[in-house]
Amino acid sequence: MFSDVIIIGAGVSGAAIARELSRYKLKVLLLEKEAEPAFGVSKSNSGIIHAGTQNPPSSLKGWLCVEGNRLLREELAADLGLHFVQCGQLVVIFDLADLAELEKIKKEGEELGVQGLELVDRAWLDRHEPNLGPEVKAALYAPTAGIISPYRFVYALVENAVRNGVQLKTSRKVAAIRRTEKGEFEVVAGGEVCRARFLVNAAGLFADEISAMAGAPSFTITPRKGEEYLLDRKREHLANHLIFPLPSKTSKGILIIKTSDGNPMIGPTAHDTCDKSDLSTTDEGLAEVLAGARRMMPTISPGDIIAYFAGLRPAAGKDFIIRHEDSVPGLVNVAGIQSPGLTAAPAIAVMVADILKGRGLRLEPKEQFHRLRPRPVHLFQVPLAETRQLIEKNPAYGDIVCRCELVSAQEVRDAVKRGASTLDGVKFRTRAQSGRCHGGFCTTRIMKIMQEELGFPVTAITKRGPGSELIKDERK
Amino acid sequence: MAAALAARRAGVKDVLLLERDQHLGGVLNQCIHPGFGLHHFKQELTGPEYADRFVRLVQEDRGIEVSLRSFAVRLTGTRELSYLRPGALEEVKARAVILATGCRERTREMITIPGSRPAGVYPAGLAQKMVNMEGWIPGRQAVIVGSGDIGLIMARRLALEGVAVKAVIEIQNVSRGLVRNVVQCLEDFGIPLYFRHRVSRIHGRDRVEKVSVVQVDEELRDIPGSGFEIGCDTVLVSVGLIPENELLEMAGAEMDGRTNTPVAKEVNLTSLPGVFACGNAFKVYDLADWVTRDSELAGRTAAAYLAGAAL
Repeated sequence: MFSDVIIIGAGVSGAAIARELSRYKLKVLLLEKEAEPAFGVSKSNSGIIHAGTQNPPSSLKGWLCVEGNRLLREELAADLGLHFVQCGQLVVIFDLADLAELEKIKKEGEELGVQGLELVDRAWLDRHEPNLGPEVKAALYAPTAGIISPYRFVYALVENAVRNGVQLKTSRKVAAIRRTEKGEFEVVAGGEVCRARFLVNAAGLFADEISAMAGAPSFTITPRKGEEYLLDRKREHLANHLIFPLPSKTSKGILIIKTSDGNPMIGPTAHDTCDKSDLSTTDEGLAEVLAGARRMMPTISPGDIIAYFAGLRPAAGKDFIIRHEDSVPGLVNVAGIQSPGLTAAPAIAVMVADILKGRGLRLEPKEQFHRLRPRPVHLFQVPLAETRQLIEKNPAYGDIVCRCELVSAQEVRDAVKRGASTLDGVKFRTRAQSGRCHGGFCTTRIMKIMQEELGFPVTAITKRGPGSELIKDERK
Repeated sequence: MAAALAARRAGVKDVLLLERDQHLGGVLNQCIHPGFGLHHFKQELTGPEYADRFVRLVQEDRGIEVSLRSFAVRLTGTRELSYLRPGALEEVKARAVILATGCRERTREMITIPGSRPAGVYPAGLAQKMVNMEGWIPGRQAVIVGSGDIGLIMARRLALEGVAVKAVIEIQNVSRGLVRNVVQCLEDFGIPLYFRHRVSRIHGRDRVEKVSVVQVDEELRDIPGSGFEIGCDTVLVSVGLIPENELLEMAGAEMDGRTNTPVAKEVNLTSLPGVFACGNAFKVYDLADWVTRDSELAGRTAAAYLAGAAL
């Protein structure tokens, strides 16, 4: 099959690029090696929509973050039915001698166009962030920062791209990339050969390998591991803002992260690793995260932690790599998209479309581009009065499957209809199994709904794709 | 059910019994092993048989209205209750509320076992539900973390299904479960129980492949050089129960944050007038018979409260 553009990787970058290109009269193919989109780097993202501070003014990260933040706030959140909460962020200091550092961050942010930055003192913090510990002396407040569910962001982008004609193929690990005599790309993925004029490499941790396969071994991805610890929903109102310490050289430090789902999160650590599959958490990581978070908010206790996970940042040096590879005409690399990649993604997508246009891809707008994507129903996001209306329209919204996070049978069914094919896919879309009981009560019920909707035996249901089957045998 | 029946016997006219599952009896339905009722009925019953004794009485009682698949989403300190059921959001105001919400299992996350997060790690009670309610066998070689009763019972249950149960790992130097379960579920099946050991890591990308185990000293610190590995595709976690009292907390009752139980001067009471908690929601019992005994007391106490007695 032939496409104008093949995008490799259905994480947030690939999904945003697919959605952007779906505005135009193009054949676009989105390939993902995992069973579902967002299962790579994106699934362990913190969900922060950064204001755009703490990035060097001359970097790609700098302007793409500020522009991505604007696009998300002003357009995408409403268009795609995203649950974006603009809670603002604080960068706190423990020593007034560091005020100069905050001033510098403020000045750099303002140069990039970040709006509303303000230095705030302890009295302001006492009024607006009462759980801060006594060590915190002052902060920089950035009102345009916010939070979003990273995977539901990706699913929204992919769903809308597919609605507009993009073809998504999952479980398609790229095995080889060849060039034909006409200069087209031939991508061998999941036993299938796909051809295209242009290739966009958004392969996250594996972007270096894909680029090399295409003939441009021009960079290396060094995974940098981050461990994150999720707190009970009961601590939802622990913090009112995203809270950062002053950034270090390698990371933004241990943060207290509000999430759009309610559970606050603490983390992440930042340690280079050489293993692209190392998603393990460690005793040391837990200790580091707790110490960092408790310095800012001493009331956080180990007993608040209900879940933990690790993610890998696909670092390729300090900045993003977003460029056409002149040595391989038609190849655009979108690599090293670590923080603030989630925020920058909408702006990265526009930039990539521009690069492709510059290389001869015709961007002719479709007569009808379906800009809007209906917002999925989540009972945990709506007041009881609205829940009543939903149940009156569809009784299955009153059939609660997940007690900890209040998820109904209908939401699970909707998630499967919208593309979830694994237990994790249902979890990321609905939150069922992500609460304090960890699926102890609801897992069998969800698996039965999946069996009904997907029509395959229980032994074929997986946690996150082939190899992660949950049930070995069914008693006859 | 025991509280509802006792309240009726003590003169309460109108009882609404809300159950979130599609059948009465809760977790008893998946406890197909014997050992229930020795005290209450002077007879050894399985969990479903034990539950059925009460189900029959509840169904015969016209004064008890049962609402299944009904999930309480809101409770106030003045006993206004909202619940969802298929097709409706209902709101009721009760003169007395008894919470008999039971427990949830402590999870792998709460004891922080480092390592990857593959498929094949289950709370023991979930595995019990899979095997006994659905006929699904989760794995072929299992290691059980913690020697709580559910873990011990599941060791035997899996062994009976042909699963190789490689070990039960307990960090303390005594079992958390009943002695009879250690004997009948492990010793009779030749399943090794390692005291003063902990699982220090779970390995496997997609599905569990093995666990690392290490011996610990009296202060639960790892003993260097004592580590070994056990190959398995399944890890069951049985490290205790936590009362499910989120509704009570929502209603504003004073809670003990360590045990997640109500702060109360006497059994079954909470800090809210007319709101009672009983069974495993009040404290974690080791026998269903004791749950029944104290839940009946809760029913009588609520009846006395409604009759105007000072508590």
